[in-house]
Amino acid sequence: MAKRRPPMQDPFPAEPAAEHELLDRRLFLTHGMALLGASGLVTGAVPPASAAEPPDTPAWMQFPGAPFSGYGHPAKYESKVTRTNIQSQPGTTGSGGSRTPLEALDGMITPSGLHFERHHSGVPDIDPDKHRLLIHGLVQRPLIFTVEALLRYPMVSHMYFLECSGNSRPMYGATPPALTCGQVHGMVSCSEWTGVPLRLLLEEAGADLSAPWILAEGADAAAMSRSVPMAKAMDDAFLALYQNGERLRPENGYPVRLFLPGYEGNMSVKWLRRIKVTPTPTMTKDETSKYTDLQADGKALMFTFPMEVKSVITRPSPGLTLQGPGLYELSGLAWSGHGSIKKVEVSADGGRTWAEAALLAPVLPRALTRFRMAWKWNGAPTVLKSRATDNTGAIQPTRDALVAAHGTNVSYHYNAIQAWQVEANGEVKNVYA
Amino acid sequence: MSTRSLIAAVLVIIAMAGYTRSRAQETPNLGRPATPAEIAGWDISIPPDGTGLPPGSGTPEQGAVVYVQKCQACHGEKGAGQPNDRLVGGQGTLVSANPVRTIGSYWPYATTVFDYVRRAMPYTQSQSLTNDEVYAVTAYLLHLNGIIGAQDTMNAQTLPQVRMPNREHFILAYPTPR
Repeated sequence: MAKRRPPMQDPFPAEPAAEHELLDRRLFLTHGMALLGASGLVTGAVPPASAAEPPDTPAWMQFPGAPFSGYGHPAKYESKVTRTNIQSQPGTTGSGGSRTPLEALDGMITPSGLHFERHHSGVPDIDPDKHRLLIHGLVQRPLIFTVEALLRYPMVSHMYFLECSGNSRPMYGATPPALTCGQVHGMVSCSEWTGVPLRLLLEEAGADLSAPWILAEGADAAAMSRSVPMAKAMDDAFLALYQNGERLRPENGYPVRLFLPGYEGNMSVKWLRRIKVTPTPTMTKDETSKYTDLQADGKALMFTFPMEVKSVITRPSPGLTLQGPGLYELSGLAWSGHGSIKKVEVSADGGRTWAEAALLAPVLPRALTRFRMAWKWNGAPTVLKSRATDNTGAIQPTRDALVAAHGTNVSYHYNAIQAWQVEANGEVKNVYA
Repeated sequence: MSTRSLIAAVLVIIAMAGYTRSRAQETPNLGRPATPAEIAGWDISIPPDGTGLPPGSGTPEQGAVVYVQKCQACHGEKGAGQPNDRLVGGQGTLVSANPVRTIGSYWPYATTVFDYVRRAMPYTQSQSLTNDEVYAVTAYLLHLNGIIGAQDTMNAQTLPQVRMPNREHFILAYPTPR
C-alpha cells in the first residue's frame, strides 16, 4: 500500500489509508460532520435565491405552521422516497415484492413504511380480535391463543435485519443489471422487533422438544408455510407484535408474525396462525420448489437458512451522481445472519487496495451495520467496492468466487462483493469487476 | 471473607437460584385448549409420508376437467405456463443456462403438489376446491409430467408412494452448513 502525501492545500491532513485517496476512517469523525453538507452528494434542486436566503426572511417564518397531526408523515418534499422495483406476478396485484430504497436512507433502521415486502398472495386484512394462533402436533396440550393473550406475555426487543433469500437475484444474471442499489439489493431492511419468545408458548403447550421440526403457517390466502428447526424455535425465535415501536404493519404480518433472526426472510412467516410440532420437515412448496438453491451441477441445496455475510455501498450508487472531484463520504450497510459485523473494508481502486471503514455504533448481531469512509475523488474513473467480515470469520466473496462455487442458477443467497463504477462525469454504474 | 459475609453470599445465591427457577416455570398460560375438531379444520399441511391426507380420490382424466376450468387461464394449456408458472416439462434443463423448474423437473415430493394446490390454488379462490378435485388436479399434473399413468388414481394411499424424478437431487444444508 503506497503512501502519498495529500496536497499542501488539503484542509484535512490525513494519511491515505489505501489507493485512490481513501482517507483515514476517523477523518470525518474528528473533523466534524459540518463538511458533509458542502461536499456531500447533491441530489436535490438548488433552492431559488430569492426569499429564503439571507438577508431575506423565509416565507415559512412569517406565519404559523401546520397544526398537529394524529399520525405523522414524511415531508412532502421527500415524496419520491418510496419502495422501489415493485413487481407482481402476472394477473396478480399482491404476489411478488417491493424493495427498500437503500440509497435514499441513512442510519441502520428502515422506516416501517419502506420495509421491503414479499407476499405470496397479497396482504390479508386481518381483524386482530378474530385472529387465532394454534399450537399443536407433537404437544401435550394443543393450545389456541388470541392476540390479546399474546400481548400479555413477557417480551423481548431486538434490532434485526430481515433479508429475502432472493435479494440481489439480478446479480446472478450474465450482465450487471442497470438498476439502483435498492432495486437490486433492497430486499433487506432493519427494524426493532418486539414480541414473545416462541419458547415460552412451546413450553406451555408441552411440546416434545425432541421433535426436530416445527411448521409455521400464515393466515394469508397462500397459507404460506415453512418448516423451522426446533433448535431455532427454542433458541432465539419469537413472535413479533411490534415493529419500530408500533404494532406490525399489515404488510409485515399484522397482527403477529414469526421472527427468526438471521434466517432467510421467507421463514419468518407473517400473519402467523399455526405452529405444528412435527417429526419431519413438511416439505412445503416454499422449501422445495422455491427457496432451494440450484447449483451448476443440477443439484439443489435445501434448508440454506442463515443469510450470509454481505455489504453494499449505498452512497454513492447508481442514480446518485458525484458533483465533481472533491471530498466525499462513502456510506453503506453490512450484515450477517451468522452474527455481528467485525469489519468492513472499502476499496476505491477496484479491489487492488483496501482500507477499513468506520462502523457506526451500535454494531449488533444480525442487524444492519452502517459503515462510513472518507474518500477524496480525483475525478478519474474508478471502481468502488466494500467487503464485510463477520465475527465468525466469514468474509464476503467476490462474484467470481460465488459463481465458481454455486453457479448462476441459484436464484437465492447472493452475497458477493458489489462493484460500483464511477465514471469521469460522476455517474455511477453497476459493474462486474 | 468473614464467615458472616460468606453466609450472606450463599443466601443471596440460593435466593437468586430460586428466583430464576420460579421465573422459568411461571408463564402466563393464556392459551385455551384446542379441540380435535378445531385442529382438524386448520391442519392442512401434508408431509411426504402423507400423514393427514383426507379421504377422496381423483384421476388424471377428472383432473383435466378441473384444470381447464380453474387453472389453465394462469398456467396455460396442459401446464405449459404463461402467464404464470410452467408446471410441466423441463426435464434435463437444470444444468443449462435456463433451467426450467416444474413439478416434473424439480419438485421432490408429490405430496407438496396436493398440499399447495389445496391451500393456495386457484389463486383468486384459495381453499375452494374439494378434496376430490385436488386429488384429480394433482393426478393430472403428475400424469402430464410422465410420472404416473393415465389410469392411475391418486388418493391418501397412492399419492405418498409416487416417486418424483428429481427427488435424489436435493442436498440438505441443515444441520450441516452450506
